[in-house]
Amino acid sequence: MSIAAQLVRGLRLTLVLWLLTVVVITLPLLGLARLVAPDAASGSLLRQGNRVVGSRLVGEGFSSARYLQGRPAGAPNLAASNPELATRVAAAASRWRSAGVTDPAPDLLLDSGSGVDPHISLAAARQQLPRLARERGLPLKELERLLSQHQEGPVALQAIEPVVNVLGFNLALDRLSDGSAIRTPTP
Amino acid sequence: MLPWLLAATTLAVVALTAPSLGRYLFDVFDERPQPAWDRWLNPIEAGLLRWIGDNGRSADTAMGYMLPLLISNALFGALALLLLLVQPAWLNPLGFGGLRWDLALHTTISFLTNTDQQHLVPEQSLGNLAQLGAMQFLMFVSAATGLAVGFAVIRGFSGRPIGSFHRDLLRALTRVLIPASLLLALFFLVSGVPMTLAPPLEIITLEGGRQLLPRGPIALFEAIKQLGENGGGFVSANSAHPYENPTLLTNLVSTWAMLIIPAATIDAFGRFVGNRRQSNLLLALVFALLLIGAVVAMTAEQAGNPVLERWLSGGNLQGKELRFGPALTGLWAVVTTGTMTGAVNGAIDAAMPLTILTALFNLFLQVVFGGQGTGIAYLLVFVLLAVFLTGLMVGRTPEFLGRKVEKPQVVWASLILLIHPIFVLIPTALTLAGGTELAGISNPGSHGISQVVYEYASAAANNGSGLEGLGDATPWWNITTSLSLLGGRFLPIAALLALADGFRRKPALEPSPGTLRTDTGLFTSVTAVVLVILGALTFFPVLALGPIAEALSLLPVKTLGAIGDVLNLAS
Repeated sequence: MSIAAQLVRGLRLTLVLWLLTVVVITLPLLGLARLVAPDAASGSLLRQGNRVVGSRLVGEGFSSARYLQGRPAGAPNLAASNPELATRVAAAASRWRSAGVTDPAPDLLLDSGSGVDPHISLAAARQQLPRLARERGLPLKELERLLSQHQEGPVALQAIEPVVNVLGFNLALDRLSDGSAIRTPTP
Repeated sequence: MLPWLLAATTLAVVALTAPSLGRYLFDVFDERPQPAWDRWLNPIEAGLLRWIGDNGRSADTAMGYMLPLLISNALFGALALLLLLVQPAWLNPLGFGGLRWDLALHTTISFLTNTDQQHLVPEQSLGNLAQLGAMQFLMFVSAATGLAVGFAVIRGFSGRPIGSFHRDLLRALTRVLIPASLLLALFFLVSGVPMTLAPPLEIITLEGGRQLLPRGPIALFEAIKQLGENGGGFVSANSAHPYENPTLLTNLVSTWAMLIIPAATIDAFGRFVGNRRQSNLLLALVFALLLIGAVVAMTAEQAGNPVLERWLSGGNLQGKELRFGPALTGLWAVVTTGTMTGAVNGAIDAAMPLTILTALFNLFLQVVFGGQGTGIAYLLVFVLLAVFLTGLMVGRTPEFLGRKVEKPQVVWASLILLIHPIFVLIPTALTLAGGTELAGISNPGSHGISQVVYEYASAAANNGSGLEGLGDATPWWNITTSLSLLGGRFLPIAALLALADGFRRKPALEPSPGTLRTDTGLFTSVTAVVLVILGALTFFPVLALGPIAEALSLLPVKTLGAIGDVLNLAS
């Protein structure tokens, strides 16, 4: 068979398979997604009032002392043997020490893979509760309760160890402080 | 303890599900009746083949299979390349422009060869039209091409005509990859993976910063990415990103999805040759290799980085997600490099040297389940060589599956095994000779050597993972890895088809008392030895310079110091 005939076959095949694998199967799934899981399909968005402030799944950066802080990001590809890794870890450890955490949990010192890890470990969260209690004027007990409400973990196959969803926790924290600020105006 | 339990469960599920999917693949590619599908798929497939202008009859020669493969793959690539170079405004809400030519070329070749090595940041350079029309399209057709080749080779080894490429390609899509991807996509969807054409969302964070949520039609993309052993991420962070891999459960299912089709293909091979004992032993062999790698990597990651002991304890969390933890990220690294998927759920660059050693070992061997369709083909090449060597050792006529293994088979097999080191080691040497700036090395010392050799090994093995600190978005990297990608894909495919077609033409022999049985534990162990010697020793020097040297460099704090003390005392 001539090359020209082969080419025509190839072109027709390309057209058929493109339509099949790009249009025919994607469109119904997009439609189904809106029916079955509209929230997940559009990105599991979280709102504060009417404003979208993030996604339940995706971590966001927190640096303020009034919020629970997540994992560091920016240099996930530092090799185990790279001296820069030890330098970064040492710097992060000393920052946490000056913020009152003497022995910070490993996940507060080591970069996440995605840069947007939504979680920190329970230990890492507990180390920050005294600071949050001080900054927000909230009792530690209240924060402990909040922590247990925002845990995810191995039981529901969400994470391999019990972890806290940082953004979820912080949103709840804002709700809580707004309320308590109104309740207890200090004279 | 829990990570080990989950890892063992995942692998057990692979072992338990492989036979039923193997049976299914056998039915599809041996064209046996599949009542549930045949009624409505048969007319569709026949109609499409007719419209394409193909009678669907088996090719007479290896060339008859290879030529339509090459032509169609060239056209698939051309279409995708065009979309990447132009990137029209349609379905492109952030208005990304066309890619630079070398980046577009590399990305196209990389996805066309079922590799999905990415030198670009997709969420910062590709609109949804490119993601779907170029990337998702190539992920489906490259996986289908691999499956087609795998079963053509299996047919040859079983003495059948090698088949029709167009027919195989179409059936691989309609009966295997599309239905399986739709099911997996549904699972991903209900687990939280986005599936929308709404534009990526820029939000103001709680603290007032800006952040882009890279949502898109990810669920289906993710499904074919894992099942088709493609591995190219919708976003740069790949399966580490919560939109691609939101939970521990999706992580385990994704791990299963990488393994299931290559495992089932090995099972289907046994059904084709009517000897499931043979295929079960081969499965046991690759499972054993995978398990050894998994234990090494999981142990290394869980033990953590001794350099950081002053500040922290526990496993190596650098570059990893808390959802998965160190051990299961180590398991993923072994599975993704063994299966030639190349998806990553954490930074392999930041993994412990022994994990990187295992990953490189898998990339060099190419048979720890191996690529879609091509994994079993490479495995059969090693078996042929093992047959030949044992035949020489015991003085019996080398025979495999009732046919003599003679000079042409051994020549083809040797050539196939030579292609890989050529496309890995030569460009590695050239790049290292060009200096660290040309190489784009980001981590100093022996790790830098690993970064370079990993990139070419990943390209030539059509894997796609990388030590991603490497500055690889340069014309040098794009062009040289493109050569390794193409050479590592199409040369072996051509040679494998020629080998299989030649093999089926040999007269079938009845087993005689002098026949060396290949379906025994002893012979399988010999195959394992042949694999390790032929497949890995070629690369041993570069392993010694890279990950082995790096592993030793992490020791001095305790071990090397102690050895030094002993020596000092002795003198």
